[in-house]
Amino acid sequence: MNLEQLPLLQQLMIVLAAVALFTSFVLLEQARLVAAIHAFAWQGVLVAMVTAVVATSGGLEHLFFSAGLTLGLKAVLIPWMLHRLVRRLELDRHSEPLRRPVLVVMAAVALVIFSYWLVLPMVQEGLMFTRNIVAVSLAVVLIGLLMMAVRQQAVAQVLGFMSMENGLFLAAVSATGGMPLVVELGVAFDVLVAMVLFGVFFFQIRESIDSLDVDRMNRLSERGEDL
Amino acid sequence: MLAGVPRLNISGWLNVGISAVTFAASLALAWAVAGAGTVAGMSFRVDAFNVYLLALTAFVGMTTSIFSRPYMRHVRESGRTTDRGLRLYHAMFQLFIFTMLLALATDNLGVLWVAVEGATLATVLLVSLYRTPEAIEAAWKYFILCGVGIALALFGTVLLYFAAQQVVTDPAEGLTWSTLYGVSSQLPPSIMSLAFVFLLVGYGTKVGLVPMHQWLPDAHSEGPTPMSAVLSGLLLNVALYAVVRLKILVDGSLANADSPRLAGYLLMGFGLLSFLVAGLFLHRQRDIKRMFSYSSIEHMGLMTFAFGLGGPLATFGALLHMLVHSLTKSAIFVTVGHAAHIAGTQNIDHIRGLIRTQPAVGWGLLLGVVAIAGFPPFGVFTSEFLLLSATMQTQPWFAVVLLIGLAVAFAGLLRYLQPMVYGVAPEGQRPVSANMLPVMIHLGLVLWLGLAIPSFLAAWLDRATDLITGAHLL
Repeated sequence: MNLEQLPLLQQLMIVLAAVALFTSFVLLEQARLVAAIHAFAWQGVLVAMVTAVVATSGGLEHLFFSAGLTLGLKAVLIPWMLHRLVRRLELDRHSEPLRRPVLVVMAAVALVIFSYWLVLPMVQEGLMFTRNIVAVSLAVVLIGLLMMAVRQQAVAQVLGFMSMENGLFLAAVSATGGMPLVVELGVAFDVLVAMVLFGVFFFQIRESIDSLDVDRMNRLSERGEDL
Repeated sequence: MLAGVPRLNISGWLNVGISAVTFAASLALAWAVAGAGTVAGMSFRVDAFNVYLLALTAFVGMTTSIFSRPYMRHVRESGRTTDRGLRLYHAMFQLFIFTMLLALATDNLGVLWVAVEGATLATVLLVSLYRTPEAIEAAWKYFILCGVGIALALFGTVLLYFAAQQVVTDPAEGLTWSTLYGVSSQLPPSIMSLAFVFLLVGYGTKVGLVPMHQWLPDAHSEGPTPMSAVLSGLLLNVALYAVVRLKILVDGSLANADSPRLAGYLLMGFGLLSFLVAGLFLHRQRDIKRMFSYSSIEHMGLMTFAFGLGGPLATFGALLHMLVHSLTKSAIFVTVGHAAHIAGTQNIDHIRGLIRTQPAVGWGLLLGVVAIAGFPPFGVFTSEFLLLSATMQTQPWFAVVLLIGLAVAFAGLLRYLQPMVYGVAPEGQRPVSANMLPVMIHLGLVLWLGLAIPSFLAAWLDRATDLITGAHLL
């Protein structure tokens, strides 16, 4: 495919999406929680920028609103809340390197390739440009999923969850020009409520197992049920 | 809303009152739909398929709230939760019912997603209400797994919207189910099938399909029992409803493609797997609520299989099964709640001699299990019989598998039932104040449905069948 033939704004969009994917990798690798939160905030900024670019290129005014919403929610409010929680839980110095970094990164790369393969059918529809961006956002979603799987720390898992949301939003904005407004507001509201609940949970978990290492929660399994 | 009510006694009654009003409203709506066929407007759309689920949701919501009032008072008195916890419970209970009704009634697939996610959020704090390490672990697992699942469903929704944009010009209409239904044959099949995979995995997590079922037994066994009753009886239905709605669209889109029954095969595969795995897991449970949540997975698997099989007979059977399963399962959970209070534990090995200590609870459990295991003359037998005959007609080999699965599950349930009901009651076991009215109403209804399906209900289900498969059964 010839990326040079695309209009300039679309090229910009792809570059921004690619950088967002890059922040996903940073997020995955980051051992220190505070740094990971910063990486997440940058990802939010990038997603908001993509939204703004889509809005400019398509002349879709309601997207400027979503761009603002994303910037406020994903780049400012949620990172700020996480930051405050981390400080209150005294985890600012906490760092937890990945157990098998090489393997995890290889898995993430495999996921990116897998996403491209998954959206192959769209080629038949002649939607080159969209295919790229859908594949990138799917990769962001899947890497978020991977992050939730390989991390043991509750806050890091939440970051993975939130970066999945970022990927979803990226897909919605770039492939379809944004969902209807009522849906978008609903999703944003759900994400916010989820974040508040996560905050509540951090304290409940720490109260009950005296740490935020989720792997220590293993009382409920098919075997360990001798109540 | 309810969180603000200071006197806890009052809020319990208020909970009952609101649920009763909701039920009355849903009946009125059902009446309107029965007259007009479809009631639509304000981006809501109620037709034969969802109106019976709406009425069912409101009804089970009402009976559960009747049960939960004395139950939660008992919980409060035994010190397992605080006044604040109880307030949270009542507020979230109503919020949960509301989100489910919204999910059922809306015409917009995006709003459907928002409502299902809302239902998760409303219940997650209830699962951890008792604040034990197990409860918190269960809630976290529930939150994370359903969060991930539902995120994948959102990706599917995005893809669906993307597919819709190739056909529907008005962006505001792109997620409206009725619009999409009209143009479903023009939706691009490749994108639609990709979207359906994501949607099935996403909503399937909520249905409790194996292998995404891990959260379900934990959340059901650790949360307060009224919550288990509504989760098992209603939320799983809502999620399955979403899957079936989407299957209708995908079937329309794939009608002219190479593999027109792709969605059906996927549903059949997942359904059969859940059905068999859950049936086997029934045998090794120690916790009574866990056991019945596996039974829920098994039944949801059966319904999923039937919807996947397609055809009017199977669909009719699945719809009926949704109805009787909800009624029976919520009745069972109510009874189990009382039984656990009598025995002071949820461990099956320590629940003994219910029928001696409190005959009403013992009989309730006995009849409930007999009904859910599919004995005639209860309604579950009727629907399972319909499903089996439908399978026999189209895929005879699967009928054999189903029969084996049913027998395995049957044995799993019955082997624990006998000592729990008839065994020797331990010393000092006393009856608790139990309100068995909801159980009796539910089981009575299931019995009625097993003996004779009233004609209005049959006509109703038939219209829903027509909507899903495009052919009448009756």
